[in-house]
Amino acid sequence: MALKRVGAQTVKLSNPPSMISAASIVGPKEGDGPLKDYYDLILEDDLWGEESFEKAETKIQEETIKLAIQNADLSPNQIEYLFSGDLLNQITSSGYAARQLAIPYFGLYGACSTMVKALSLGAMVIDGGFADRVVCATSSHFSSAERQFRFPLEYGAQRPFTSQWTVTGAGATVLSSTGNGPYITYITTGRIQDYGITDANNMGAAMAPAAVDTIARHFKDTGYNPEDYDLIITGDLASIGKNILLDLIRKEGYDLSNNYTDCGVKIFDNIRQDTHAGASGCGCAAAVLNSYIYEELLKGNLNRVLLVATGALHSPTSILQSESIPGIAHGITIDNMVL
Amino acid sequence: MENMSNKEYQKYIEERTPKPTYVKNMVLAFIVGGLICVLGQIILNMLSKHGLDKEQAASGTSILMVFTGSFLTGIGVYDWIGKVGGAGAAIPITGFANSIVSPAMEFKKEGFIFGVASKMFNIAGPVLVYGVGSSVVIGMLYIILTGGG
Repeated sequence: MALKRVGAQTVKLSNPPSMISAASIVGPKEGDGPLKDYYDLILEDDLWGEESFEKAETKIQEETIKLAIQNADLSPNQIEYLFSGDLLNQITSSGYAARQLAIPYFGLYGACSTMVKALSLGAMVIDGGFADRVVCATSSHFSSAERQFRFPLEYGAQRPFTSQWTVTGAGATVLSSTGNGPYITYITTGRIQDYGITDANNMGAAMAPAAVDTIARHFKDTGYNPEDYDLIITGDLASIGKNILLDLIRKEGYDLSNNYTDCGVKIFDNIRQDTHAGASGCGCAAAVLNSYIYEELLKGNLNRVLLVATGALHSPTSILQSESIPGIAHGITIDNMVL
Repeated sequence: MENMSNKEYQKYIEERTPKPTYVKNMVLAFIVGGLICVLGQIILNMLSKHGLDKEQAASGTSILMVFTGSFLTGIGVYDWIGKVGGAGAAIPITGFANSIVSPAMEFKKEGFIFGVASKMFNIAGPVLVYGVGSSVVIGMLYIILTGGG
């Protein structure tokens, strides 16, 4: 009997795991953005002394995980599982980071939704009694993503207004069966939504229906309303996707205009930093959660957050073959108090 | 959302997607492209003045413009020129140089054979294929229509 299920897509954790520590490391451009006071470390150079952007991304992820574990006064051998992912082919950044850490490792691919996917699985593993301590992490790097998905850095191309800027950075959270919160209390796992968007430069539009579906489903399954949350925040819909979500979810009967924003809107000052629609990448939701959201939860300025990370599950090959972009969104409720 | 069809959603997105600033882009392309051409003309005039005949001066100009585009790519300036100038920076021969040098730089880490040499024509490849291809077709049409005269 699946006693913990509530509704069609949500589980309510009976022993909610505590987010006992968090860490974030970001690149120089992110460190110049509005959330600069929240990050653990801001790099001066996005290569971080490495010889390739891929190696730099691995180092960023690995060091972020180490920092999160260190912030919890633990050592890697006390962690039972590592759930992590990134954007590169065959999630190599995560694999190489896990190679150094020697923690039993589940590599995940959910594009930019991976942070919440990792937290969902990590929380369920703890709640199910399979582990006491897990670490969940994701990373992305602007320059490694550009060369895989778009053009060489020095190529003089114009970016459309709908395009988003991949975050250079990583975030990691340590979950524990014991601790004083904040707790992960509900998990709403998304369904793929694909409305036939084929423009990889308009990911906000491709992912917004998935976020609408998951958020509406979360409210239906749990019986909560938008007012029950201090903050409802999506992963990386950015400015265009954010407005699409607000509009579409109003048609579903929910008004999110008072307490909704998007991590992709928070990271950069789009006008000053010339990031067009906003931020994206696995590192986007991960860095915002493990800096700004986590800190505000600890301070008590936020007590109940619905984090819905969004992912566009296309590849360069699928785009060249004119396939549409499947969108996904996974949600978790983070509570300071367990009811 | 469930009662919205794919077509309806795509139409809805099209209405909400900001349009490119066509007029501004065209003006900037005109200015940037124009400046690149003026630079070419200056080089051509100087070469002619120094005694090169028309054909030699034209070749010399192309060589120097390709060098300029490659050099500005190498020092990280041409991506900015391309961002501002759009087609005005992409269409002149300096843009062609940029499209070859930028992937060559980017993929150096993958080695000189499968990185630099293989990826070098990632962007310029189609231009070469269809440029050479269409010139062959036009050449054949020319022979057929004029009888080779």
